[in-house]
Amino acid sequence: MTERVGVYVCHCGSNIAGVVDVVDVANWAAEKLGRRGVIIARDYKFMCSSLGQELIEKDIKELGLTRIVVAACSPHLHEKTFRIAAKNAGLNPYLVELASIREQVSWVHTDKAVATAKAKAVVSGAVSRVIENQALEEIKVPINPNTLIVGGGIAGIQAALEIANAGFHVYLVEREPSIGGHMSQFDKTFPTLDCSACILTPRMVEAGTHPNITLLTWSEVTKVTGYVGNFNVTIKKKARFVNEELCTGCGICQEKCPKKVIDEVYEAGLGYRKAVYTPFAQAVPNFPVMDKENCTYFIKGTCKACEKFCPTGAIDFKQEDQLINLDVGNVILATGYDLFDARRVRNDGYGRLPNVFTSLEFERLSNAAGPTNGNIVLRDGKSTPKSVGIIHCVGSRDRNFNNYCSVICCMQGLKFAHLVHERTGATVYNFYIDMRTAYKAYDEFYQRVLEEGTLFVRGKVAEVTDAARNEREKGKLIIQVEDTLASKQRRIPVDMVILSSGLQPRRDSKDVGKLFGISCSTDGWFTEKHPKLDPVATMTEGIFIAGCAQGPKDIPSSVAQGAAASARVLDKILQKEVALEPVRASVDKATCSGCRICNGLCPFNAISFIEDDQVTEINPALCQGCGTCVAACPAGAISGTGFSNEQIIAQIDGLLMKNLEMV
Amino acid sequence: MNKYLLYPGCSMDSSARAYLESLNTILEPLDLQLDEIEDWNCCGATEYLGINLIPAYSLIARNLALATKQMDSVNGTGGTRTVITPCSACYLNLAKADHYMQERPALGAKVNEALSAGGLEYKPGTLDVRHLLDILVYDIGLDAIKRKVTRPLNGLKVVPYMGCMLPRPDYKHRWSDHEHPTELDDLLRALGADVIDYPLTTECCGGHMTQIGPETAFELIRRLIAGAHERGAYLMAAVCPMCQLNIDAYQLETNRFFHTHYHMPILFFTQLMGLAFGREPAELGIGAELVSARNALAHIGVEVPVTQEPATPRKKDEGLPMPRRWTRHEEKEAVK
Amino acid sequence: MPQMTDERVRAGLNREEDLSLLNEVSVKTAGVSHLEMCIQCGTCGGSCPAAMDMDHTPRMLFAMLRAGMREEVLRSNTPWICVSCYHCVVRCPQEVHIADVMYTLKGMAIKVKLYSDSTAPHFSQTFVDMVETYGRSFELGLASRHYLKHFPLRLPGIMPMGFGMLTKGRIDVAPRRIKQMKQLKAILSRAKKLELTS
Repeated sequence: MTERVGVYVCHCGSNIAGVVDVVDVANWAAEKLGRRGVIIARDYKFMCSSLGQELIEKDIKELGLTRIVVAACSPHLHEKTFRIAAKNAGLNPYLVELASIREQVSWVHTDKAVATAKAKAVVSGAVSRVIENQALEEIKVPINPNTLIVGGGIAGIQAALEIANAGFHVYLVEREPSIGGHMSQFDKTFPTLDCSACILTPRMVEAGTHPNITLLTWSEVTKVTGYVGNFNVTIKKKARFVNEELCTGCGICQEKCPKKVIDEVYEAGLGYRKAVYTPFAQAVPNFPVMDKENCTYFIKGTCKACEKFCPTGAIDFKQEDQLINLDVGNVILATGYDLFDARRVRNDGYGRLPNVFTSLEFERLSNAAGPTNGNIVLRDGKSTPKSVGIIHCVGSRDRNFNNYCSVICCMQGLKFAHLVHERTGATVYNFYIDMRTAYKAYDEFYQRVLEEGTLFVRGKVAEVTDAARNEREKGKLIIQVEDTLASKQRRIPVDMVILSSGLQPRRDSKDVGKLFGISCSTDGWFTEKHPKLDPVATMTEGIFIAGCAQGPKDIPSSVAQGAAASARVLDKILQKEVALEPVRASVDKATCSGCRICNGLCPFNAISFIEDDQVTEINPALCQGCGTCVAACPAGAISGTGFSNEQIIAQIDGLLMKNLEMV
Repeated sequence: MNKYLLYPGCSMDSSARAYLESLNTILEPLDLQLDEIEDWNCCGATEYLGINLIPAYSLIARNLALATKQMDSVNGTGGTRTVITPCSACYLNLAKADHYMQERPALGAKVNEALSAGGLEYKPGTLDVRHLLDILVYDIGLDAIKRKVTRPLNGLKVVPYMGCMLPRPDYKHRWSDHEHPTELDDLLRALGADVIDYPLTTECCGGHMTQIGPETAFELIRRLIAGAHERGAYLMAAVCPMCQLNIDAYQLETNRFFHTHYHMPILFFTQLMGLAFGREPAELGIGAELVSARNALAHIGVEVPVTQEPATPRKKDEGLPMPRRWTRHEEKEAVK
Repeated sequence: MPQMTDERVRAGLNREEDLSLLNEVSVKTAGVSHLEMCIQCGTCGGSCPAAMDMDHTPRMLFAMLRAGMREEVLRSNTPWICVSCYHCVVRCPQEVHIADVMYTLKGMAIKVKLYSDSTAPHFSQTFVDMVETYGRSFELGLASRHYLKHFPLRLPGIMPMGFGMLTKGRIDVAPRRIKQMKQLKAILSRAKKLELTS
């Protein structure tokens, strides 16, 4: 049977037509590809518009087209659109092929003649290929209604509550002993100066007590298998050495524990905790954990003070790590950020000069529940600063460190200025490169801080030093900077310096990405499916991202993303089943030699070996069509639907303009 | 035997003779052999670059080209690719030419076109240009140096002065830090000296400004001397002839300019090494400095016990802990 | 039309913006200068130990370069005050080769004789003359020529220093000469015909 092919060349406004002569491509296809079955070729301003789609539907019906090639953008964007159009006209959607002449041609070339010639080749390849396409049926699999959320910061909590309130079950996994994330460390939140704990704790409690939420704190995901709707995850629940069934959270163990250690996590290294501890008073859950590395009993074999005093006998030194296996349908990764390590910026003196603090240290310093009960003091623990310099862009917007803007630092610096001013009456300086206060009520906050008398110096601080040049500078930290608006170098002596350090991807973000099969940007942030139109989905179906794991953002944006990701998950759950691309690998049993080379390669565990027949078999529900086994099979016995050898070779021939009669 | 090519630079024969003399005394104990690049020429200091670019780089590159000719013959067992310079300005010029000829191939081509007029050629990247201090700390090692110390410099309060052109721009990341490198501190400590934390260690001595804009230079010199004086230093240790010259020879003029009375001797670190290795001041060119180090050195040889501040127990919960020290290892991890 | 007064000229009101200036400086600078990447943050001006003696901070100078203010830029004393300490270079968040740009500007200013103080250019030139003659620097020759010309009044003040240097054997009385002077001269005369153009 000869196929009847229709070719549709999109202008995409001037996106394609600006570089490719689309009319020429269409005419050429009609004329030169006729032998291969092209009976109609058209160009149109916007193929993806409803009029464009109708054009295809009409032609299918009236001209009896059996194959469609749309030369337009990348299949990522509109393959689905045109498949639906074909389906509407009664044609199997998998008989449509997209030729990318935008991403692969017009956007990457400037020479019109060359681009047009390349577009013709790409179209020719697609026509040759589409003829070899097979009509395929979608595979439908049920969706497990349970959701895994990794990361119990505000983004993860928000997402968990949304899904739980909709009536579906959530497993909320958190690495630290308590949920709450970075927000639980803050004192006030910009621009409204809400008390962070006051607005966060109710959410934490709600998440902790919600019947639809299972909290797994002090836990980490170690293994993920399966695919959208049907993930299987293994979670390591680290030993707390506290029996959660018996513990009442009374806190006596912490009180009696004789071992004090610096709290590098919650107190940002500025305060102490015990070896058995809950990180903070409002922790959820309120059960303590024992830090095995520092516990005297684990080090020396004696002590057990906690056990002796525990009124309910909840201390259990024999507890071991536990592996929990869960089936979930969707995953939201809300793993947050790490603070940039300010010790790397040597000229700012952090780590060398005692009274240089990081933003997180200052949050703890200004927090009523922090190590100084909210007294803003120098590192001696008692003196109140009379002058404070706040330095923006520490480790951000700097090719020596991170080249991106960390988004929150300007507002954070303003917040700090306000707090210092309010609590100490000190003279406050803000050193900035550009003030970025673009969001609702943010610039008004800037105005407010200006009004309070904070002094602003436009200039990236060159160095903070204790090397005084005169009496005025003796005993002070001197901030050396060019006041770029005055075009003068200034040396400003202050008592305290706060570094508005940037945000960084989690140290292990790349490993976590790999675990869940999603990619990271070169900086290490999780990559969203589309930067504008699909900001919480990823290229892996069923894996969503929210909060700072996707990129630096403030609390409102993190919450919005948490909610957005949960909406995407609910959409999947409510569909009850998911249609999987029928792009699958299958084994030709007659050709399979039973060598088993492919068996261990499948990343989705879809391949099994049938001992009786001595051949390999692929489970189509598990197969994701990645093609690894297809390439590995020495006998050529495995082929991928939608990517058969015939299709690929035909496409290559087409690209090379083989079998084309030249006039 | 550790063998290297040596680019001494013009000062070593004249104003920094003491540097060369003291360097020669530490070679044998440390099993070092330095082969001078034959017929080397001036690197142009900071002057030629501002006059005419290609000639300036060609002048530097002639030395590199001569060194490559000599590098295989340095010893019988494979030769060395390493050129060491005791002068920071020479070090930077040589390293810079090598670096920029790679970064900007057009520059490399032009320089080689010029070199070809003298029958020479330099393929950028062929040589490793390193400073003497780098070799001593990282190749010879502090332990080996420590083992040779027979007269520990106990009680000699010294500020390590690295200057600017050694730790910066540091194209090949050889130093622990651009701002507060610790290599010189560590070396002086290995000699037993009482090393003072000197935040000005990589500040500039004024360079050629003593010649063309003395008031600018005097201020820079004053900051350095005052900083050392205030921290109780008996003397400063230099790693560069220009730094030594500016602080030593222009101290008198600086004092006169500011109506101050500083007396801050500055010796080359190799002179202190020689002393610690048991050599006598006269062999090390000590006495050639204009600001005499005699009083400062009176502290050596005299039995002065190391005075260590008794650690006062910190009152409970009073102070707030400092962040952990930043290590090179962490730097590498962070950049990964 | 009102005549351009001197004041108006000085205020730059009749200035023609020379937008090729930035690129010209960038091309003539060794290495890849990244000059066009400057975000005017002031790290350079803040870091500079000699900024107090400059008429413009380096950052300001780069802004003027962008604005095409050729004459003002080349007249600036900033490149001449630069002590090449490289503090700004390692701190610059945009990796601009600031110190090398300064060398380029000096070279350009010398070519069109647009410097307000001749001390520095003359010193550099004298130094280069020595090197081109002997292949080595000659401190005594350099210092005596330089001080006599530019700092005659400083001479009495530095006499004790000079005397000290001489008696302590720290100054050569005669220049040292390299053997292959002919070769070096050939290299330099070829080099002088070459320029970075792209």
